[in-house]
Amino acid sequence: MTGMAGMSPRDWLTDRLMLGMVALVALVLGMPSLKPLFAALYPGLDRPLYEADSFVRLTLDHMALVGGSSLAAILIGTGAGIAVTRPWGREFRGLLETVATMGQTFPPVAVLALAVPVIGFGPEPALIALTLYALLPVVENTVAGLEGVAPAVLDAARGLGMGPAEVLFRVELPLAAPVILAGVRTAVIINVGTAAIASTVGAKTLGLPIIVGLNGSNQAYVIQGALIVAALAVVIDAGFDRLAGWLTRWSNA
Amino acid sequence: MIQFERVSKRFGSWTAVDTVSFTVDEGEFRVLIGPSGSGKSTVLRMINRLIPADGGAIRIDGEDIVSLKPEELRRRMGYVIQSVGLFPHWTVERNIATVPALLGWPKPRIRDRVTELLEMLNLDPRRYRGAYPHQLSGGQQQRVGVARALAAEPRILLMDEPFSALDPITRASLQSELSAIRHRTGTTVVFVTHDMDEALRLADRIAVMDHGRMIQCATPLEILTRPASPLVRDLVGREEWGLKRLAVETAGDRARRQERLGGIALPVETPLHRALSEMVARGTERLPVVDGDGRPAGVLHLSDLVRSMPDDAAGGQAGGRA
Repeated sequence: MTGMAGMSPRDWLTDRLMLGMVALVALVLGMPSLKPLFAALYPGLDRPLYEADSFVRLTLDHMALVGGSSLAAILIGTGAGIAVTRPWGREFRGLLETVATMGQTFPPVAVLALAVPVIGFGPEPALIALTLYALLPVVENTVAGLEGVAPAVLDAARGLGMGPAEVLFRVELPLAAPVILAGVRTAVIINVGTAAIASTVGAKTLGLPIIVGLNGSNQAYVIQGALIVAALAVVIDAGFDRLAGWLTRWSNA
Repeated sequence: MIQFERVSKRFGSWTAVDTVSFTVDEGEFRVLIGPSGSGKSTVLRMINRLIPADGGAIRIDGEDIVSLKPEELRRRMGYVIQSVGLFPHWTVERNIATVPALLGWPKPRIRDRVTELLEMLNLDPRRYRGAYPHQLSGGQQQRVGVARALAAEPRILLMDEPFSALDPITRASLQSELSAIRHRTGTTVVFVTHDMDEALRLADRIAVMDHGRMIQCATPLEILTRPASPLVRDLVGREEWGLKRLAVETAGDRARRQERLGGIALPVETPLHRALSEMVARGTERLPVVDGDGRPAGVLHLSDLVRSMPDDAAGGQAGGRA
């Protein structure tokens, strides 16, 4: 992957990450200036632009919620995935997979509804729901990635005198990284969308204009929220693409 | 020196290794051979504690291996396996440097050692140092595998069917490179194979295993001429027995030392089956032999090749029945 310094104008135009970031920043900062456009599209609306919160604020809070829940899911998910592939943790593998599957089959709305009476309104129940929701792909891919490492490679690593920690960090995790990353990517992309629902329990996210718009039959609000969520998803997906290429650079040498 | 004293290993109700005792001398090339499931790989993997023994004692230079940390024990031994097991995300250089890096060698020393090993195994350092394993052929990968095992100058090299997956030409060249390396370094080698020709070619002594027991432990010549059981005789094979018999002796062993002859000479270490082949190719019954410095060392006669040795009686009959 070439650095930014080596990019020609053509590379800039065809680079998904770059285009997505430009679109995201333009939408977030420039949404107020699109007010005349939305007014023209929906002449029946009194307020054609969502102005209760700034889109910058909503986007940053949305990203913080996705980032926080994803980070928690990655830490717990990879940690648990590593644990159940060690000799001492093998018996817990069934239990872990059941819990992770339940976390994902449970609708996030239900988790939110159940968490509110216990924790109260705000971003905390959303953080818990999203973390649980993101856990399954991370756990599954961590286990699959670690089990996909060739037995001969592990035999050689142990036979040459690597200890368990050296085998894990120098051999198993680097080789499993592309598979683990694919799981994290799925989890994060799902959470970018699901975080919007968290606005129903009082977390300020890009879902707020969407929900307010749906309640008040204001399609302009819905479009404004959805456009930025979509741009955010494109940027994150393209970022993961870049990261995946970097992690497997040795296989393209 | 490696000593096994009444060592056993069971997996559930199955006895993989049954009270085996043997000694591998310092600098010896010991081949373990036997049918699949005979316990030969288990014996090998007990030496570096990849498999723990159930009973008995294993000593390296008099020291019981259970008194050492497994990682320390393994870093003192080279380990080569059939499926090579190179780390695919590391360059050739980093793969070879695995054990020196674990031992904390300084960088310049590691770099020099990698260069030396690549040259020793006929891989151009400039071309292959930075390559990744998937860019190499199977033979080149196993060359790197051998280099990686030798990197920290181990006194003992453990090899589990290292050349079985290679084509015959690559296998033969790796066999002769391994022979040359171990003669130069004096490394003790324990080598598992199921290929008797490979065993006869490389071994100082061959240990034949069957059903977890060591049924014969002898030099290649003895294995050929005095097989201890029908199984050993079957492993040797009846086909081309005579050529195998010739292969375990060299031109120097049977040359008439006092005689001299002109012409293109054979080195003293040429195996006798090659010498015979050379006679057929040149249409002659006599060939001059020279020593390592190129000085005349005698003349080899065709009649010397076909002359049976006194200890050939038993094996000769085996061959005769073919």
